[in-house]
Amino acid sequence: MSATLEEILAQALQELAAVNDLNQLDQVRVHYLGKKGLFTLQMKELGGLVPEQRRSAGQVINQAKDQFQQQLEICKEQLENSALAARLASERIDVTLPGRGQSIAGLHPVTTTLRRISRIFASVGFNVVEGPEIEDDYHNFEALNIPSSHPARAMHHTFYFDAHTVLRTHTSPVQIRVMESEKPPLKVIAPGRVYRCDSDITHTPMFHQVEGFLVDSDVSFADLKGVVYEFLRAFFEKDSQVRFRPSYFPFTEPSAEVDIECVMCNGEGCRVCSQTGWLEVMGCGMIHPQVFKAVNIDSEQYSGFAFGMGVERLAMLRYGINDLRLFFENDLKFLEQFN
Amino acid sequence: MQVSEAWLRSYVNPAISTEELVEQLTMAGLEVDSVEPAAAKFSGVVVGEVLSMQQHPDADRLRVCQVAVGIAAPLQIVCGASNVRVGLKIPAALIGAVLPGDFKIKKSKLRGEESFGMLCSEKELGLAADADGLMELANDAPVGIDIRVYLSLDDSIIEVDLTPNRADCLSVEGLAREVAVLNQMNWSTTRVGKAEVSHQDILAVTVEAKDACPRYLGRLIKGVNAKAQTPLWMQERLRRSGLRSLGPLVDVTNYVLIELGQPLHVFDAEKLTGGITVRRAKADEDLTLLNGQTIKLDHEALVIADDKQALALAGIMGGNHSAVSDKTQAVFLECAFFAPQSIAGKARRFGLHTDSSHRFERGVDATLQTRAIERATQLIIDIAGGSAGAITEVTTESTLPQRQAIFLRRQRIEKMLGIILADEQVTHIFQRLGMAVQAQVDGWHITPPGFRFDIAIEADLLEEIARIYGYNKLPNSSLLMRSQLIPVTEAVLEIDRIKDLLVDRGYQEAITYSFVDEDIQNTIAPDNEVIRLKNPISSDLSVMRTTLWCGLLNAALYNTNRQQNRVRLFETGLRFVKKDGKIHQQKMLAGLALGSAYNEQWGEKTRNVDFFDIKADVEAMFALTGCEVQFLSARQPALHPGQTAEILTLDGEKIGWLGMLHPTLEKQLGFDTQVFLFELDQMLTLSKRIPKFKSLSKYPSVRRDLALIVKEEISAIHIINCIKGSAEPALQDVIVFDIYRGKGVEEGSKSVALSLIMQDEAQTLTDSEIDAIISRVLDILINKIHAKLRD
Repeated sequence: MSATLEEILAQALQELAAVNDLNQLDQVRVHYLGKKGLFTLQMKELGGLVPEQRRSAGQVINQAKDQFQQQLEICKEQLENSALAARLASERIDVTLPGRGQSIAGLHPVTTTLRRISRIFASVGFNVVEGPEIEDDYHNFEALNIPSSHPARAMHHTFYFDAHTVLRTHTSPVQIRVMESEKPPLKVIAPGRVYRCDSDITHTPMFHQVEGFLVDSDVSFADLKGVVYEFLRAFFEKDSQVRFRPSYFPFTEPSAEVDIECVMCNGEGCRVCSQTGWLEVMGCGMIHPQVFKAVNIDSEQYSGFAFGMGVERLAMLRYGINDLRLFFENDLKFLEQFN
Repeated sequence: MQVSEAWLRSYVNPAISTEELVEQLTMAGLEVDSVEPAAAKFSGVVVGEVLSMQQHPDADRLRVCQVAVGIAAPLQIVCGASNVRVGLKIPAALIGAVLPGDFKIKKSKLRGEESFGMLCSEKELGLAADADGLMELANDAPVGIDIRVYLSLDDSIIEVDLTPNRADCLSVEGLAREVAVLNQMNWSTTRVGKAEVSHQDILAVTVEAKDACPRYLGRLIKGVNAKAQTPLWMQERLRRSGLRSLGPLVDVTNYVLIELGQPLHVFDAEKLTGGITVRRAKADEDLTLLNGQTIKLDHEALVIADDKQALALAGIMGGNHSAVSDKTQAVFLECAFFAPQSIAGKARRFGLHTDSSHRFERGVDATLQTRAIERATQLIIDIAGGSAGAITEVTTESTLPQRQAIFLRRQRIEKMLGIILADEQVTHIFQRLGMAVQAQVDGWHITPPGFRFDIAIEADLLEEIARIYGYNKLPNSSLLMRSQLIPVTEAVLEIDRIKDLLVDRGYQEAITYSFVDEDIQNTIAPDNEVIRLKNPISSDLSVMRTTLWCGLLNAALYNTNRQQNRVRLFETGLRFVKKDGKIHQQKMLAGLALGSAYNEQWGEKTRNVDFFDIKADVEAMFALTGCEVQFLSARQPALHPGQTAEILTLDGEKIGWLGMLHPTLEKQLGFDTQVFLFELDQMLTLSKRIPKFKSLSKYPSVRRDLALIVKEEISAIHIINCIKGSAEPALQDVIVFDIYRGKGVEEGSKSVALSLIMQDEAQTLTDSEIDAIISRVLDILINKIHAKLRD
């Protein structure tokens, strides 16, 4: 009987050595250790022995079984390791290949610029308001202190639909519309499309402006200067020199043009700033009493300032774009540069 | 306004460089656009005199001249100009001279004759664009002197871009006045005497339009020589002001215009019939202007007329008939003040813009006319001879501009400018600006001078203080402003969120013009009434867009024509439609996609974008707002009839369209691939559902699948609506997960596989309850859409 056990063990170990995968291993395990396995049967046969013999015979069987089981575990671990290694090897990919699916596009640089401007002003409580693009003569001109015979009209190169209806030439009419319907204090930013009957290398018949204005009691030119200065610093993320030059707009007084130290050459003088070291970036001023009168706001009680800037110009300076016309050609090769 | 720096400095000459002067003007609100040298760079050219002249032995057109140039011996110079003659004084370039364009003068031989220099024309010195002979210098020009010195060519031309309010600076004297203020210097105007009256002839002047022409001065100057040469100094000053020499009579009026800012006009007196009348034009009266243009006048136009006809468009341009020529012997010299509002806008009506109209419509000093007419008279007589008659003046005091005192309150200076100034400072600023200042307890009465049309209210005075004090010296205050909280509307999704969504789904944002080609728009949207521009920039940008598709299709074509085979674009903006005579400006959101569904990539099979790709993009937007919408099969002229969905709210409000561009249009517009489009009303798209909490069911949900056979024309939404219409409280959702046509399904029908998700809030659904729900739903489907359960 013990010889038979030895035979079984030898056979079992031999079979284990020949096993190639976990499946075969399991078959071998069942064959020897399962309910009807050969070692199991050996144990069952112990029942026929006298108790004294049963104990020693049991020990012998258990030893053989343990030996087999140990070998089985080793074998199993080896097989599992190699199976994992094989899986890992088979699942190897080229991680340098690009990811799958939809690609991401981008916003137009004008939109990006407008968003930045709006965010900067919104952070100090300016409301964003929009107005109509087909405007009446009153809101675009009259109420802004530009009567029909005013020389400034000629400078506006207006698109007309009829004698009283125009494409707005600036975003300033939004100023009027807001002040007509709301009472001070007011802090408003009005971005949008504007139109001038002009088309050449530096003009497109449509472009974007941002108008901003603030009306409250005790607003002075110093506040205007402060806001404009801080805005330009925030927009260009640079502590650039800013200067204010007297200028003229019918709807503000005093009026100023604002120059910023050329962001391209840091004021050294370059092609972009025509060697002056300065870049004109916006117009501004204290809201004209005539404008307040048109919207029934008492200019003794309230004062305010307004400013306006060209969005394309700011985008050009910010991103180094050298041709205005690119903005409206919508060439993907241009647009995708801002993604 | 363009002016010679030397001329300006002849009035007031601060000890600052050209750059500093320019900076000073710019910072005072008189923006200098450019500074150019008065003459191109050249050297070695002196005043020469032709002493003798002989025909060149071997060339018909050449002369061999002996030219005095101030050094010991005269030089032999060969010259081919037709106006060369003995005694003529000319610019002579010596050996070693360098002319503009780096042209070096060397000793040379012309057809065998030696030449030791070159006699020059204005063109060769860079003083004129062309010339038809040598530049003729005055007889008294000193021989040998450097021509740059003689003509003061080392000068700068300063171009000032004046804003419309600063008409007072549209003259050399005006600019000089400003420079004097800025530098706190004294200056004086050109002294003008009274011309001696040496004949008794006058023309009667009648001013009918007294409001438009408060002052009119005229005088006859007889015996003038219109062929006289305008002196070089005047020609040079005019040239540096951007004006060509047009004979002495016109040159003088132009000169006084630049010098004093007063426009004048000379009529050929012999062409006039009777007296002069300033009147409104008659209806349909014709006038041929100096530029050859014939205009039809009306009652609004102001004219200068004689007894027979209109002679000139007052303050704008003279007429052809009475223009002076080189045969003119007597002139009627006009010097008037026309009210700005009577000239403003009038020139533009006729497409004109002249130096004269530019000044009158902005405002000419109404006190200047006597001085100006005397100045012009003196210059005409000096240059062209003649004798002056008496001045006829018609002035209507009541219509002359009145300069009222303006009250400036002391406290407003601090309130508006944020500075406190000493009273003397304020007084000093205004006095330097030529204003009369009268101190009061709480401010000043300030009366502006006649040349300042822009000073009418207190704010104008505050601006002057700021300007002279210096904008950059005014304080900056930091942002200490009263703030309010801004309400955040939750029921409206921000458009920026939608834009970001589209960008993340691969759409590039485009911005296209709001005006489009009428023909293309008619093809795409034939049903909309268009809004047409009266003055479009070009015929292909002549109507306002009624759909954003015009611009997007155009932009897509631009790109497909440039080897882009995958285009995804979107745009937001207004569309403009006319309904019942009213203009509607509607905020829209539109997109376009063509080419492959994904960028070319290794991991996905390349396939072209289709209806459902775009629909998924549109649905994603509504997923953001949480608002349910319906997509219904519909017809749209621009879209494929079988692939068009109209998008509506559940209440039936029309949100927009989605579909494939009609194949006919696809071909007509020049695409070679299918194009998918959507366009939505922004307002309806952005309306957002504010979430409302519903308690969570603790009980499991179950799913039952149904395969239905329905007729082909029964749409998916129809089936879903039918099922939802059952109003089963436990029914949570319906999902279509397959559509099958073919074997086992008869022709004209389709199999639709649906999944019904059910869950009860109060209990676990039993099998029999679920079966009962399914059975009730099936009954409805069988009754309403004749659906059959697939075996």
